[in-house]
Amino acid sequence: MAKHKTPLLDQLESGPWPSFVSDLKQQAEVRAKNEAKVEFQIPEDVVEDLLGVLELSYKHGRTHWKHGGIVGVFGYGGGVIGRYCDQPQQFSGVAHFHTLRVNQPGGKFYTTEYLRQLCDLWDFRGSGVTNMHGSTGDIIFLGTTTPQLEEIFYEMTHKLNQDLGGSGSNLRTPSDCIGQARCEYACYDTQALCYHLTQEYQDELHRPAFPYKFKFKFDGCPNCCVASIARADMSYIGTWRDDIRIDQEAVQAYIGGEIAPNANDHSGRDWGPFDIQKEVIDLCPTECMWMEGKKLMIENKECNRCMHCINVMPRALRIGEDRGLSILVGAKAPILDGAQMSSMLVPFIKAEEPYDEIKEIIENIWDWWMEEGKNRERLGELMKRQGFQKLLEVTGIDPDPRMVQEPRSNPYIFWKEDEVPGGFQRDINEFRKYHQR
Amino acid sequence: MAFVSSGYNPDKPMEDRITDIGPRKYDDFYPPVIAKNKGKWVYHEVPKPGVLMHMAESGDKVFTVRCGGARLMSTTHIREICEIADKHCGGYVRFTTRNNIEFMVDDEKKVDPLVKDLESRKFKGGSYKFPVGGTGTSITNIVHTQGWIHCHTPATDASGPVKATMDVLFDYFKDHKLPAKLRVSLACCLNMCGAVHCSDIAILGYHRKPPMLDHEYLDKMCEVPLAIAACPTAAIKPAKVELKDGSKVNSVAVNEPRCMFCGNCYTMCPSMPLADTEGDGIVIMAGGKVSNRISAPKFSKVVVAFIPNEAPRWPKTTETIKKIVEAYEKSANKYERLGEWAERIGWERFFEKCELEFTHHLIDDFRDPAYFTWRQTTHFKF
Repeated sequence: MAKHKTPLLDQLESGPWPSFVSDLKQQAEVRAKNEAKVEFQIPEDVVEDLLGVLELSYKHGRTHWKHGGIVGVFGYGGGVIGRYCDQPQQFSGVAHFHTLRVNQPGGKFYTTEYLRQLCDLWDFRGSGVTNMHGSTGDIIFLGTTTPQLEEIFYEMTHKLNQDLGGSGSNLRTPSDCIGQARCEYACYDTQALCYHLTQEYQDELHRPAFPYKFKFKFDGCPNCCVASIARADMSYIGTWRDDIRIDQEAVQAYIGGEIAPNANDHSGRDWGPFDIQKEVIDLCPTECMWMEGKKLMIENKECNRCMHCINVMPRALRIGEDRGLSILVGAKAPILDGAQMSSMLVPFIKAEEPYDEIKEIIENIWDWWMEEGKNRERLGELMKRQGFQKLLEVTGIDPDPRMVQEPRSNPYIFWKEDEVPGGFQRDINEFRKYHQR
Repeated sequence: MAFVSSGYNPDKPMEDRITDIGPRKYDDFYPPVIAKNKGKWVYHEVPKPGVLMHMAESGDKVFTVRCGGARLMSTTHIREICEIADKHCGGYVRFTTRNNIEFMVDDEKKVDPLVKDLESRKFKGGSYKFPVGGTGTSITNIVHTQGWIHCHTPATDASGPVKATMDVLFDYFKDHKLPAKLRVSLACCLNMCGAVHCSDIAILGYHRKPPMLDHEYLDKMCEVPLAIAACPTAAIKPAKVELKDGSKVNSVAVNEPRCMFCGNCYTMCPSMPLADTEGDGIVIMAGGKVSNRISAPKFSKVVVAFIPNEAPRWPKTTETIKKIVEAYEKSANKYERLGEWAERIGWERFFEKCELEFTHHLIDDFRDPAYFTWRQTTHFKF
């Protein structure tokens, strides 16, 4: 028998999509039966009470979680988010219901052995409810009590060789796309760079010293599957600077209908026979492609590497071989001053260990932002407040037309004194010799 | 429920302490076919919805079966994922950025039994545990935030509206029938932990009432200057308030017409809650994308200013989303993303085709960027 009646939530059990309500109910049952004889360290009926308090929110149309709460593990300023229920008498099992962020492995690959270790730990010392995964990328453990936090951290670090992720004003857990592990478009090893920088900046990740949150995301190509350009203060997007590799025979196979375009992505509908002119050449944003007889030609110098032709004909066209990445900076969600996407700072840089050049850029930007950023000001907002020129100045990067959509349309240039011959200090009396008052 | 120590000694927190070790290394968890062929993949194809095939230089192939999952997931469910991965995939599994689960096998013959197994598993309530799909020009899983299950600032739930929406869009998850991929995302408040602002369709929780002021406690629970500084529109100022018992306290006053309901003050000060049954609800945004394919990444635009929270199934929200998807399916060109379609036909036509009302709320009046969204041309359509 369920502890709380949940008539509203019950309506989310029907329909084809996996029901989180059904899952929570099965979890409540498993805990109640406890066939595995786990010595639960938090209330056994925690999931019952979670369903109960959620039902109450469905009735009220309002959340029943209290604001914040400073809890954590010794020496870290992030990784744990305090959470308390505002109806603790009614739902004692979730009176304390803290979150732990667990730094996910690159590419979100797992062995079942490891996943079960995580489950064992979380059943024993927490609610057994997770997010796989949170928006930033972490494995999220939802719901435990304050006394369990150090115990979980101890077991995690000692037995699972696993650390927490970031929260608060620090480097948030970096995340990456599947990259070269299973994608032919990846222009650099996203997992290697993500892991390297995560390890390099452990201090910044665990101990908040920044004005606000800071995110790294690693996309292997301009398709941007982890949405780095929309979500990361520093977006690392793979690219190449030589020629797209062409297999002319495969081009003909696409034209002849032997291979389905776009990797068969449009298979649910009859779009008619493939038309390379209409579907590839005419859609190329830079008009740098044409057919010469049976040969597909590309003026690579004019290509902006949008990926469309490669996406349509992955067996005929492949990314170039002189690969690296672009670094764009300053993306954020709307809070406070409206949403921003990342802006191009470094059009091309090689992604090779030990990534010293990349780290130099990161550290120069952090120095500036930590010095000048206001409380809760994201990098993108600081860039808007102090200007892109300032970003170039602190990183020592030379201006390049690739950094802008277009040049400014106002002439209000803040000339610096040393840019103007003779400087700003002049003698008014000398001037007046030639110009009467 | 006796306390069981992990070995941690609270009197000596630094004893044997291990810190700053970071995540497990990615290649600890690669399936053998991935470890062997990393960086040497030649091409991929999608033999059928929900199944990917990647071909390596070595001639090896890896077949991936993708299935949807609620990102809110119990250990019971994860253990079932492990059981499946042990049975079919040698004990390896992965998750995608969009909360899908991917089972990989190295032989085509292993695909059908795996798909059959996944599709046969259902929750007691009747829903699929592991629906296969979400590839190609489908609508894949919705990325989302916590909502009422765990967050203190949401203006709507997350898992509920996502479940309701995916139920309505389920056929699109299972099939490749759209002109291009279509990504739906949900964030339960403007903080946008889900960063939904560049999605083809975004479901966004929004408050519509200014904060209530818990004067009696405000100065005790909050740093008043921080609450004031938190406001992006400078709508908050310090105030002396007389309580019912005649005592005077330091508090704040809110210039209500200036409030944009962002909730940033509440983040800094728990004595300023905004949540309200009638005030809170959903904004629908459309036309965003993150890919650089053909056109530049785009922000999503607000196309419906407000839909009330209709728990448990949010019918008006799901119906509106379905209308947008169907209009797009019917009229967009092959490869054209929703935002590219809207721009080609013009937003006036978008509202007509999607049968959405255009109200004054949809005209930007927030600072400088607003001007650039007004029409400075005579190019429009009747």
